[in-house]
Amino acid sequence: MDNKKKNLLRRILIPLTSVLVVILLWQVIAVYIIDNPFTLPSFTQVLDAFYRDLFGPRGTLATDIVVSLYHFLIGMVVALLVGIPVGIAMGWFRTADQALNPLVEILRPIPPLAWIPFAIIWFGLTHASAGFIIFIGAVFPILVNTYTGFRNVPKVFIEAGKVLGCTSSLRQIKNIAFPSAIPEITAGIRISMGVGWMCLVGAEIFGAGTGKYGLGKNLWTYYNLHQMDSVVVYMLVLGFIGIVLDMVFRHYVTKQTVRWQGQEV
Amino acid sequence: MSIVSVTHLDKVFEREGLAPTVALADINLEIEEKEFICLVGPSGCGKTTLLRIIAGLEKPTSGDVRLDDMPIAGPDPQRGMVFQEYSLFPWKSVIDNIAFGPEMKGISRQERREIAEEYLDIVNLEQFRDAYPHELSGGMRQRVAIARALANNPRVLLMDEPFGALDAQTRNVMQKELLEIWEETKKTVVFVTHSVDEAVYLADRIVVLSPRPGKIEEVIDVNLPRPRDRTEPVFADLRKYILKRMEEGATVR
Repeated sequence: MDNKKKNLLRRILIPLTSVLVVILLWQVIAVYIIDNPFTLPSFTQVLDAFYRDLFGPRGTLATDIVVSLYHFLIGMVVALLVGIPVGIAMGWFRTADQALNPLVEILRPIPPLAWIPFAIIWFGLTHASAGFIIFIGAVFPILVNTYTGFRNVPKVFIEAGKVLGCTSSLRQIKNIAFPSAIPEITAGIRISMGVGWMCLVGAEIFGAGTGKYGLGKNLWTYYNLHQMDSVVVYMLVLGFIGIVLDMVFRHYVTKQTVRWQGQEV
Repeated sequence: MSIVSVTHLDKVFEREGLAPTVALADINLEIEEKEFICLVGPSGCGKTTLLRIIAGLEKPTSGDVRLDDMPIAGPDPQRGMVFQEYSLFPWKSVIDNIAFGPEMKGISRQERREIAEEYLDIVNLEQFRDAYPHELSGGMRQRVAIARALANNPRVLLMDEPFGALDAQTRNVMQKELLEIWEETKKTVVFVTHSVDEAVYLADRIVVLSPRPGKIEEVIDVNLPRPRDRTEPVFADLRKYILKRMEEGATVR
């Protein structure tokens, strides 16, 4: 057997087999041992539920995905708009650091879900209230990494810039510090996307949002209806979208920065 | 008239809880146009500090530093600098690194590329035009750094132990190339090194500094024709003399 074939076997066949074996085990255990779809729905029941939730007359999976992505988008966009500028200000200006650091350190350890009551009071049962919780979860990794990235700009880059005519703070931030901090900032965004996606489920379950659609929201609805096969569908969809979001981001970022870093992100 | 003039320069570093360090004491130095000056001395003699003051990256405690009779107020493109550490911007390609100075001056993209191409040619790195710094060897990076400093067409080129991190062989090649660039561009060069050998090979004049406080021990004219031969007795004699002076400077105090 030549190397290419061997590689294919290693890269695809072995992981695939492993997944298939687990699915088979799951099916056998669910049907013949547990025999109770409430405790453990079987693989085929979950497949059925998936079809029903997506295409059935009462299925809302597609809408739930769109609504949850919308919540996620609101939270992430605001987190980027707040986290990056504040991180830059704190990383670059000493006064801003001293003024804002205590605030950040007080707010940062509060678990994002603890904000849900106020999210609902302030924003009502709107998409914005769910977005707010995701924002709280996502903003700190972005902020802290931007701050660190700016703090770690090698002094020699700044000095080299100065002697080349890059003398104002604004130009140094734009032309030197920001590009230099990009690897740390993107790492922060990646972390915050993971945290934001986790917060999404909690926010929707606890009632942030419009109370009708959303992956977290209806995962909880199906639990209350004791339709555990659909609960599994929603769990798997949440996981899958989380992975896809990360892959898309990584692909985009790798394209942008791998050229000059010479390493994978 | 000299291009750089340093008069009665003192530099004292104040540090909290420690006695202040006198880095430079009463430095007087006139640097002529198109001259190649080397500042040598043991570590801690303030040679880098002196260079950084000329660059405008440090402020003197007292005294006067002028370029073309104008007081130096801060860093500006009139004085290009090559650093000991690798200072190329890793996110920019070679050509864009060289074009950075012109970019800061607001020169159009097309025009600054042309300028950069010209200096890329001078340092013989045309084939690495679109490479990124991490793809270059140490010697190549410093050549790009020289091109980047020159692309601003500065009055003076300041070099702070630019070859310090290179192996001996690469270092000798770089010295030879630097002299070729210097002859081609007719720049005034102020070059800091702790290698006496390097100074004797490169300089028109060698400024020997002694440590703590940094003082000018002696200024030596090097009247050897270029290209210089390291193996010649005159070369060796001069090197020996300077080393001796440095040793005296270090032990007297």
